[in-house]
Amino acid sequence: MRVGVLAMQGAVREHLDALRRCGCEAVTVKRVEQLKDLHGLIIPGGESTTIGELMREYGFFPAIKQAAENGLGIYGTCAGMILLAKEIRDSDQPRLGIMDVVVRRNAFGRQRESFEIDLDIPLLGEHPFRAVFIRAPYIESAGPAVEVLASLGGKIVLAREGRLLASAFHPELTDDLRIHQYFVQMLSAQDTGAIAKRGTPSRSESEHEEERPEVGTA
Amino acid sequence: MERGTWRVKKGLAEMLKGGVIMDVTTPEQAVIAEKAGAVAVMALERVPADIRAAGGVARMADPTRILEIMDAVSIPVMAKVRIGHFVEAQILEALGVDYIDESEVLTPADEMYHINKHAFTVPFVCGARNLGEALRRIGEGAAMIRTKGEPGTGNVVEAVRHMRIMMDEIRKVTSMPEEELMSEAKRLGAPYELLLEVKKLGRLPVVNFAAGGIATPADAALMMQLGCDGIFVGSGIFKSQNPEARATAIVRATTHYDDPQVLAEVSKDLGEAMPGIEIATITQAERMQERGW
Repeated sequence: MRVGVLAMQGAVREHLDALRRCGCEAVTVKRVEQLKDLHGLIIPGGESTTIGELMREYGFFPAIKQAAENGLGIYGTCAGMILLAKEIRDSDQPRLGIMDVVVRRNAFGRQRESFEIDLDIPLLGEHPFRAVFIRAPYIESAGPAVEVLASLGGKIVLAREGRLLASAFHPELTDDLRIHQYFVQMLSAQDTGAIAKRGTPSRSESEHEEERPEVGTA
Repeated sequence: MERGTWRVKKGLAEMLKGGVIMDVTTPEQAVIAEKAGAVAVMALERVPADIRAAGGVARMADPTRILEIMDAVSIPVMAKVRIGHFVEAQILEALGVDYIDESEVLTPADEMYHINKHAFTVPFVCGARNLGEALRRIGEGAAMIRTKGEPGTGNVVEAVRHMRIMMDEIRKVTSMPEEELMSEAKRLGAPYELLLEVKKLGRLPVVNFAAGGIATPADAALMMQLGCDGIFVGSGIFKSQNPEARATAIVRATTHYDDPQVLAEVSKDLGEAMPGIEIATITQAERMQERGW
C-alpha cells in the first residue's frame, strides 16, 4: 500500500512514521505529479490557511479532486479536515471542499485551551483513544452521506464519507496506530465499512488497481 | 481533559513545521502575513531592526497592540517577553497568546535565571546558539527552540553558525557510545536525560526553527537545507521594499527548499531586501545573541 503525505507544511514526519509502522510505503507529496500511483493521501495538521494557499498555488485542488473522484482515499487531520470541508464557518479561505461537512476553525479555543482526552471511538473497540486537540476545529454539521465515528460533548470530531476520513485531533502525535490502521484498511479493496453500509458495492482488488488515480501535471 | 501537557505544548510547534513565522507590529501587517501563508505571527511593538536602532530598554509589547493583532488573524499569535521576566509571561498567558518567546531581542530582566516554563499552560519558544543552550531551555520547559542568529541585521551568517554548531553537536552525540554521554552532558552544561533523548532521536526532542537575520527566500531555504524545521523572519519582511511579495516568496521557498527551480522562480522581482548589517561592526556588548546563558 502506497500512501502519500501532503508536505506543504505541518506534521508530515509524524504521519510518515505512523504509516510506515502500519506497513505502508509512505511518501511525501510536494508536487502534483507525485499523486500518481497513490492508494491514499493524508493531509496533515498544520495551518489550514498556509497549506490551502500553497495547494492553490501549486495546482493541488483540481488534481486532488480528480484523484478523489478516481477513488483516492484521503484522510485529513485538523487542518486537513478543514481543507476537506465544503463549508468553513466565517471563512473564505482556499480549500478542497469535497466532504459534505460544515467545519468551525479553532472551535475549542486558542492554544491555552488545547487539551488531550481519552476519547470513546466505538469503531475501535472498548479501549479509549488518547486524542490530542490543538487549536482544533470540529464538525458543526454533516450531510446525510457522512458517518459520524466519534463526538466530544456533542461535537463531531471523527467522521467518514465514502473514501474520505477526517479527524479534529492528532493520532500522529501518539503511539496509538488504530486510526491510521483504520484508514489503511479503508484504502484496501477488502474494506466493507461505511461504503458497504450505504449499499455501494465493495470493489475487488483488480478493479481497485484499475481505479488508481491518474493525475496529470497541472 | 488535560490542558497544557507536554504533548499539547510541543504539539503546536509540530504543526508549525515547514512554515514561516513573521514579526508584525500592526493588525494590517498581521493580515498581510496571514494572506501570504505565514503559519503564525509574532506580535511586537517594534521589529528587531528598530529595537536595535532605538536602543534603551526593550520590553513586552502593549497588551492592546497584541489583542488587536489576535483579533485580526485566525493563525496562532506569539509574543515576546524579556529573559527571566515571568510576570510579563503571566500577562501574555492571561491575554491568551498562543506561544511565548522568551527572547534575547528584548532587554533581559534577569541576568542569572530564565523563566521556569513548566509552570505555564501556554508553551514557550527560546533561542539557542548550540546544543547545550537548547537543552538547558528545554529542561526549563521550552517546547520549541530557534537559533538566535543576530536579530535585526538581515545578515544570515550568525543563524548559519548556530545551526551548524547545533547540528554538528547532535551528530556527535548520536554517534557517541552511551558511557561518554555523562561527560558530554557536563561539558555542554546540558541535562543528561535530554542528551540521551537526542542520541535516541538523532535530533532535538522539540521542533527547531531558524531565526535571526533571514531576509530572502534563499536564506530561508539555506536554513531548511541545513536541517531546521521552519523559519522565523523578523525585520526581513516589513523592512523590505515589497513586504507582500517577499512574505509570499519566503513561504514558498520554505516549502520547496530543496527545489532550485522553485527557488529561482520565487526569488524574482522582490524589490530591495532590508538593508543588512555586517556583524563585525556590532560590538560584543550590542550583540543580542550574547544575552541569556
